[in-house]
Amino acid sequence: MPRKTLITLKTLTWIACLGPFAQLVYQAVTNTLGPDPTSTIALTTGYNTLLMLILSLAVTPLRLLSPRLSWLIKFRRLLGLFAFFYATIHLGTYLILYLNFDWGVFKTDITKRRFIIAGFAAYTLLVPLAATSTTWAIRKLGGKTWNRLHKLVYISAICGIIHYWWQVKPGVLSPMNLTISLTVLLLARPVLIYSQKRRAQRPAAA
Amino acid sequence: MLIRKPSDIPSSEITSETSYKDFLSRRRFLRTAISGAAAAGAAIAGTDRLAEVLSPGTTVLADATKLQTVKSPLSTTGEQLTSFEDITHYNNYYEFGVQKTDPAKNAGVLPTRPWTVKVEGQVKQPKTFDIDALLKLRPLEDRIYRHRCVEAWSMVIPWIGYSLSEFIKQCDPLPSAKYIQFLSYYDKKVEKWTNESSIFWPYSEGLRMDEAMHPLTLLTFGLYGQVLPNQDGAPIRIVVPWKYGFKSAKSIVAVRFVEKMPETTWYQQNPGEYGFYSNVNPNHDHPRWSQKSERRIGLPFYAQRRTTLMFNGYADQVASLYNGMNLDKYY
Repeated sequence: MPRKTLITLKTLTWIACLGPFAQLVYQAVTNTLGPDPTSTIALTTGYNTLLMLILSLAVTPLRLLSPRLSWLIKFRRLLGLFAFFYATIHLGTYLILYLNFDWGVFKTDITKRRFIIAGFAAYTLLVPLAATSTTWAIRKLGGKTWNRLHKLVYISAICGIIHYWWQVKPGVLSPMNLTISLTVLLLARPVLIYSQKRRAQRPAAA
Repeated sequence: MLIRKPSDIPSSEITSETSYKDFLSRRRFLRTAISGAAAAGAAIAGTDRLAEVLSPGTTVLADATKLQTVKSPLSTTGEQLTSFEDITHYNNYYEFGVQKTDPAKNAGVLPTRPWTVKVEGQVKQPKTFDIDALLKLRPLEDRIYRHRCVEAWSMVIPWIGYSLSEFIKQCDPLPSAKYIQFLSYYDKKVEKWTNESSIFWPYSEGLRMDEAMHPLTLLTFGLYGQVLPNQDGAPIRIVVPWKYGFKSAKSIVAVRFVEKMPETTWYQQNPGEYGFYSNVNPNHDHPRWSQKSERRIGLPFYAQRRTTLMFNGYADQVASLYNGMNLDKYY
């Protein structure tokens, strides 16, 4: 891919990823976050965390689909870090706007409330991934170790989806779309790897 | 630092009666203007001159939505009212969709006339009341109440109605009636959104007889000086201000007097999360979140958080109903 195209695409990705955040800031300033601003902030940042995490997880299956899509790898770190960015605001919203820094309530939440536990686990798992996202860290850790460490992203995404389900009222199905997307992506990997192996074996068998 | 504990409302923030009435007339003008504009097929709105071009039919429509009311000593004072806009665009009414913004968009299809309320069960004789007869049964009172949702948000709503006890007296319940059950309107053909959740319909709620007879329990027909908007439970609903909002059933078509605790919707859905009593209680947390504090709707994000009061601040009036009861067990 020409350098110019790559820069354009990266710029567009930045703009797209910053879009929800820019909108939140604009709405906060103009006081148009809706009747319940606190929950608007929490839901928007939570949803975008999962969306960007899932988009970053789509990169590998898409590359397995066709070698012509291999350039997508250049966007994975960006998507992952934006997921972490939204997750951090999401956590901040909870600690500041929901708890008002009441650590007593936090202690109850983190020990008793399963949706908080799942959400906190999802965030905690993202921290080492964000911390080792630099090229320097990849080199320092070595590709193999780095890859193994970054498998944690699957657990984090699953925890995030569970957090979403446990947060909504029983009977509400709004996390369904993200759940189906994640499931398809997780199943696509073994299927695509298997079919690729078979394709690679075929000439040898002939 | 923007984050601070919201203090009690200063008297300067309380809406005065005149500005409230101004607000109402502006509201009504807007409604008239909007429906008039729609009727005339005009895309303009908001100018004074528009009022002159409105068809006479629109005026009648606007008047029909207005309710004559009297003052009530049971109305809550010292609270800043939540805006009409927020009360009518932030709703939980799952028959019309699970998102807060859905009922405002979808509830227009609810047919509120003709409307009757059936009275059944442990009564001398089953009866059917017409909505227009119920509107005239007692003088309609202005009752400002705090409204606390189990989801930890709250509003202050100027309801219109009279005590449910006045209606119950007309029903002649038998001494065997220990509970009262309310059933909401349900027609799958009209309410096409009921499959968005796994709830059993129709929506059912209930109260113990002494709770239902308490003067604060309101048989509600309107808010902000006019009949209930559909998304707020038109044409007739219950409001129990010391309980979480879901206890206050909307769009009621049947009232049953029963001997045993009735099966209620959210209790059936998840008894561990939604008890039959569901009194507002900051000391009994919802399994998934704390009930110690709440978010007041319509305030900026840094000013929403406030402390939740026992029985939603109505403890003086209602605590005696639960004397000797373990409210942590009977949540």
